[in-house]
Amino acid sequence: MTINEVQDSIIDEFSLFDDWMDKYNLLIDLGKDLPVIDPKYKVKDFLIEGCQSKVWLHPDFDGKIINFTADSDAIITRGIVSLLVKVLSGRTPQEIISADLYFIDKIGLRQNLSPTRSNGLLSMVRQMKLYSMAFDARGKYDAIDK
Amino acid sequence: MKAIEEIRADFPILSRKVYNKPLVYLDNGATTQKPKVVIDALNEVYLSYNANIHRGVHFLSDFSSEAYEKARESVRSFINASKKEEIIFTSGATGSINGIAFSFGERYINQGDEIIISHLEHHANIVPWQMMCERKGAVLRVIPVDDNGDIIFDEYLKLLSSRTKLVSVTQVSNALGNIVPVKELAEAAHSYGVPLLVDGAQGIQHGMVDVRDMNCDFYVFSGHKIYGPTGIGCLYGKEKWLNELPPYQGGGDMVDKVTFAKTTYNELPFKFEAGTTNYPAAIGLAAALDYVDSIGRIDIEIREQELLHYAGERLGEIKKLKIYGNSSRKIPTFSFLIEGIHQYDTGMILDKMGVAVRTGTHCAQPLMDRFGIEGTVRASICFYNTEEEIDILVKGIEKVISMFS
Repeated sequence: MTINEVQDSIIDEFSLFDDWMDKYNLLIDLGKDLPVIDPKYKVKDFLIEGCQSKVWLHPDFDGKIINFTADSDAIITRGIVSLLVKVLSGRTPQEIISADLYFIDKIGLRQNLSPTRSNGLLSMVRQMKLYSMAFDARGKYDAIDK
Repeated sequence: MKAIEEIRADFPILSRKVYNKPLVYLDNGATTQKPKVVIDALNEVYLSYNANIHRGVHFLSDFSSEAYEKARESVRSFINASKKEEIIFTSGATGSINGIAFSFGERYINQGDEIIISHLEHHANIVPWQMMCERKGAVLRVIPVDDNGDIIFDEYLKLLSSRTKLVSVTQVSNALGNIVPVKELAEAAHSYGVPLLVDGAQGIQHGMVDVRDMNCDFYVFSGHKIYGPTGIGCLYGKEKWLNELPPYQGGGDMVDKVTFAKTTYNELPFKFEAGTTNYPAAIGLAAALDYVDSIGRIDIEIREQELLHYAGERLGEIKKLKIYGNSSRKIPTFSFLIEGIHQYDTGMILDKMGVAVRTGTHCAQPLMDRFGIEGTVRASICFYNTEEEIDILVKGIEKVISMFS
């Protein structure tokens, strides 16, 4: 599935519920699917700033694609991270950099999170894109260096 | 006291809905809602007599200057200061503390001097003193608190010494709701000839405040926490201190005579009010203080103690809930955690049930560290809240527990 296909399937899944409690229950469930970060990466270096709850995110780049693992100490936040990981993990740096994450607005996550909380969500996205840019740059450098 | 329905009708926002549910506003520690008389007073300024104060010779300027000075008198009378010259309008409690920390530091503080604060303080009563200490090579000392979040008085007495130059403490802990015995702290400080600043941001709206009885040397508060507008606050200082302290901001209105060689300063209170102050908000604040007095401050205190007991009992029934700050003297602010559930998760679900609470460290990170926690959920209640709203909070917490465990 492409990034947009995954986004569309998430939008479909959330559209089944009108009630916010049900949406939260779905988020809580989704949080359980999050590929869990190795405890050794649950350190300050992998902590994302700007969230009310703690979020650790670790990128693993095999030279072609990036796999993300993550965790949070808050369950709803873990659900949100799991959505981002679902959409962006296993993609090339270029795909991640150019991804337009419209699902956040479509499932009503952004409007329903206050600005500071929303910044937490945006911080996660920014961090994922930053990692991708770094890996992308390294890839280009390695190509020149050879 | 006025009937609760009538009181609530005075605050238009309280009847609104969020997510199609009645708003249950329990975030009064962060800011209070405004009665219509305050909103009207603000409107009135802009609709009918707006003009810069103390500047013009014209009718409107006279009119607004008079309203502004009347507001100063309202504050004086509200906190029972001796003179209206002792009331300085500022941007808020934070602005007031920063101003005093700068002026006091410039005038009195030298290398090795000590400032005492408590472990309960809001960042606004920590950081300005740290900045001053850094500038002057002074040392910040901290009164510890016990497991209930009450300051340990004997430890305070041990900290006081000839090196102490100022004590700055909160009247009420913003994070826990505990009331601090500021009068006793002032007495001990004065026995060393040391002045005491009281941060009244969480105190002024919950009962009688008498700065002369308290015998504090400085008292600061924010308008928006006592049902007034944002962007206005006060600094009260005993006249002798304010006369001795240098101004912390220069500009218009605070001067006597300006030449490029030397400027002499205006007299109190204008010396500390550089630039155009937020006079509409000051006038709005006076309307808020009048409103509070019209309800009755003693009645407000009694009503809030009822709510404190009711909420304490109801929250106490929830087995997995732990309250931080079990002081015997409290305002109805409850800082709590539910066992095994992150404060953020609790806050998010309560929000969706229409209940507004605050989550996080409440700008009191050292206090959270003291309890070994990363934050709490804080429900801060005031006189316009009801038992029914507390029931909705309790129901919300039960829902949270069922969702996350």
